[in-house]
Amino acid sequence: MMQWETVIGLEVHVQLATKSKIFSGASTAFGAEPNSQACAVDLGLPGVLPVLNEAAVAMAVKFGLGINAEIPEVSVFDRKNYFYPDLPKGYQTSQMYHPIVGAGEVEISLEDGATKRIRVHHAHLEEDAGKSLHEDFHGMTGIDLNRAGTPLLEIVSEPDMRNAKEAAAYLKAIHAIVTYLGISDGNMAEGSMRCDVNVSVRPKGQDTLGTRAEVKNVNSFRFVERAIAFEVERQIELIEDGGTVVQETRLYDPEADETRSMRTKEEANDYRYFPCPDLLPVVLDRAYVDHLRSTLPELPAEKRARFEGELGLSPYDANVLASSRAMAEYFEAVKDACGDAKQAANWVQGELSGALNRENLGIEQSPVSAAQLGELVARVLDDTINGKAAKQVFQALWNGEGESADAVIEARGLKQVTDSGAIEAMIDQVISDSPVQVAQYRDAEPDKRGKMIGYFVGQVMKASRGTANPQQVNALLKEKLDQA
Amino acid sequence: MHDMTLTQLAQALADGDISSRELTETLLGRIDRLDGRLNSFITVTHEQALAAADAADALRAKGGAGPLTGLPLALKDIYCTNGVKTSCGSKMLDNFIAPYDASVVEKLKAAGTLSLGKTNMDEFAMGSSNENSYYGPVKNPWDLNAVPGGSSGGSAAAVAAGLVPAAMGTDTGGSIRQPAAFCGITGLKPTYGRVSRYGIIAYASSLDQAGPMARTAEDCALLLGAIAGHDLRDSTSVARGVPDYMAELGESLSGLKIGLPKEYFGDGLTPEVEQAVREAIRVYESLGASVHEVSLPHTHYAIPAYYVIAPAEASSNLSRYDGVRFGHRCDAPSDLIDLYKRSRDEGFGEEVKRRILIGTHTLSEGFFDAYYTKAQQVRRLIRQDFLDAFEEVDVLMGPASPTPAFDLGANKDPVSMYLQDIYTIAINLAGIPGISIPAGFAGQRPIGLQILGPHFAESQLLNVAHQFQQATDWHQRRPALAEESA
Repeated sequence: MMQWETVIGLEVHVQLATKSKIFSGASTAFGAEPNSQACAVDLGLPGVLPVLNEAAVAMAVKFGLGINAEIPEVSVFDRKNYFYPDLPKGYQTSQMYHPIVGAGEVEISLEDGATKRIRVHHAHLEEDAGKSLHEDFHGMTGIDLNRAGTPLLEIVSEPDMRNAKEAAAYLKAIHAIVTYLGISDGNMAEGSMRCDVNVSVRPKGQDTLGTRAEVKNVNSFRFVERAIAFEVERQIELIEDGGTVVQETRLYDPEADETRSMRTKEEANDYRYFPCPDLLPVVLDRAYVDHLRSTLPELPAEKRARFEGELGLSPYDANVLASSRAMAEYFEAVKDACGDAKQAANWVQGELSGALNRENLGIEQSPVSAAQLGELVARVLDDTINGKAAKQVFQALWNGEGESADAVIEARGLKQVTDSGAIEAMIDQVISDSPVQVAQYRDAEPDKRGKMIGYFVGQVMKASRGTANPQQVNALLKEKLDQA
Repeated sequence: MHDMTLTQLAQALADGDISSRELTETLLGRIDRLDGRLNSFITVTHEQALAAADAADALRAKGGAGPLTGLPLALKDIYCTNGVKTSCGSKMLDNFIAPYDASVVEKLKAAGTLSLGKTNMDEFAMGSSNENSYYGPVKNPWDLNAVPGGSSGGSAAAVAAGLVPAAMGTDTGGSIRQPAAFCGITGLKPTYGRVSRYGIIAYASSLDQAGPMARTAEDCALLLGAIAGHDLRDSTSVARGVPDYMAELGESLSGLKIGLPKEYFGDGLTPEVEQAVREAIRVYESLGASVHEVSLPHTHYAIPAYYVIAPAEASSNLSRYDGVRFGHRCDAPSDLIDLYKRSRDEGFGEEVKRRILIGTHTLSEGFFDAYYTKAQQVRRLIRQDFLDAFEEVDVLMGPASPTPAFDLGANKDPVSMYLQDIYTIAINLAGIPGISIPAGFAGQRPIGLQILGPHFAESQLLNVAHQFQQATDWHQRRPALAEESA
């Protein structure tokens, strides 16, 4: 049986979060009435000219700096010529020969906690096309040009990934970087990140690459894994059956969970790239790039390293908590409020993530704020409440039944009882109410007693309505029961 | 009134000798009466012009008039004009009403001028004779059997015939200067980037430039001041102050160094044209200028380089005419490809299709470096030729065209037509300014002297042209047709 190796490269299109389009002043907001956000420039009317949006340039450069890429002093826009109804000018303005971001690299972290570096070949700016709408037009096609001219950053990786998990991890890493940088909302459902996957297989040990297929329309982390799995299996089967893989563009169909041929190399367009004569080369001076560098936030890889190194979190916790800017910010706010990184991590990863997952909410939509959770954890740490009460407080905050942890603790009388006199009184009462159990306990061998004490602890906690300090109860009970 | 220059008309309006209404009515009347024979207008906007004239007169009555208020002009039909058909001389845009004004149009309106209408042109500005218009050829007012030149042939003919005192043209390879020469008027192609291209329908974006066509250099100076300047909507327009072009018109030419490129006096130059140009140079010598022979060694590569670069850009610029959003759409397309093919086949004329095919070919994989990249290298050499020449001399002079206006239908072969632009085309490749002024006649037909200057030397060019017009009267000659009484 031949051993196969999979080789994967990704082209990720990230929609940049500029207010207006890359070459016009029209809004980029999602979901407006068709063609209500397409101005004369977006429509490609005769006589109009593009004007480069500086915000898109700044965002692209920030991305480049975020992946430690070279930032060339000069980049140039080219025209990619082809006819399509939702491409108003008959060409897409893109960057073919001199992209704005040169070679860089992205660190991905794998499920086993290991990390791997994926090289980025380059990233370039381009404009998005409009949308062709095939429904509701009775055999005709509608064109919506709202999206036409939306700025995209196309990030092209080297073929450095060896399996679907790595590809998904890379896509997640890109997602994290662009959302950390605030240069994209990263909303995959609205098409803010779209992905084309280049897949090939080769016998293990072979140096040269196999013939690749480009799979388009792979627009979620899950679909990336599934499309690659399908494509790898298809290519291996094809070769093992004596066939050859042809270079072609394939479309992933999530419904059928398969890829289908769109066009072969022979049918491919000759895009006739040439420098756009309406736009000047983009010249970035050092001071501008340095200024942008000074505005960069801490990025996922740095954050992960700090969470592990400085805060002492496990690689797994560090990875999850650094995975998105919102998650990291939430965690750090909890940590700052309670002063204990590990406890903060446990709560965010445990109680909070569990509740969010159950209700399918993102961290941004959490009903419990980081300040509230931080205070709650602080109250556990300073022994104001015990763990059981803490869960009640969390539930109350989740349900919106209190302004703050302290308010809930106060309103519900959940403050832990640590007064040993009060606890002793409750213990004495339980002992006198349970003569049978006391006798059994005292008759038992010392090594059996440990289990039996649980009954008494439960009774005392019940009597205290959960507010007694369990360690204290345990110690005092032991003392009293073992006395005789 | 139709005989006066723009400057004279401005004075007459300011003095209250005439009103903008009277002037506009007179000229509209002339267009109605004479243009049937010339075909210089595609669209005449009677109502808008009269309404604008009344508004100008009212503004003047209130004391709010500027130097250009109430002056009627015409616009080549390549300028987008809000609410008015903008055809670019093509069937493709025969149904296109522009929804916005070009920057030049905005500026001219803001300065108080009004438009009488849109002038005929070679389709998408591709041509040197105005025979490539969907609306039929324009006739030369000096001789109705002759072409007016192109592609701004309608603007040139209208000014020469006294239908309008000045008109706007565009120049990609000579399209202002050559028709100005053929029709005996003054036409200026400014430095690339001096005037905004926003709203001017693109032919070859790196070469296209707007400019004035009028009876005198002084009139061109007046108009250039109104249209020049940086425009945030055109990234290739240059952020550089606009001088007062009228202010430098009095400078003496004593000490001026004139260069005569030897390559501009070679084979193919008609003797009458050469004679007229050399005669004009003698006038300059009498005005105190000195004459020096210079060389522009890469001149003979200009036409081949141009016919790679311009069609390449055109093939891309004209892709938007696909029958989907505006312009001509074929009847009952069977599918998308049929829609594209028939809409474009029916909408574009022969020369436009030829250039789209040339451009598509030269940009194709496997040909790009041999054609486009090489042509851009040649372009840099041509530019350097001019920069080197301007190290030695102040201006260059030569013929605007190797021949006077030729007969309609005389140049059937595309290449012989392309060779008409031999003296004008390199100027666009270099991006420098050039002006053509009347300098004599070959029989009935006018001859143009071309004067070239360094980048952004429009003030100097205009003054050099103006001094000639102070010393000669070629620019005051009018075709018989213009003087016909009703």
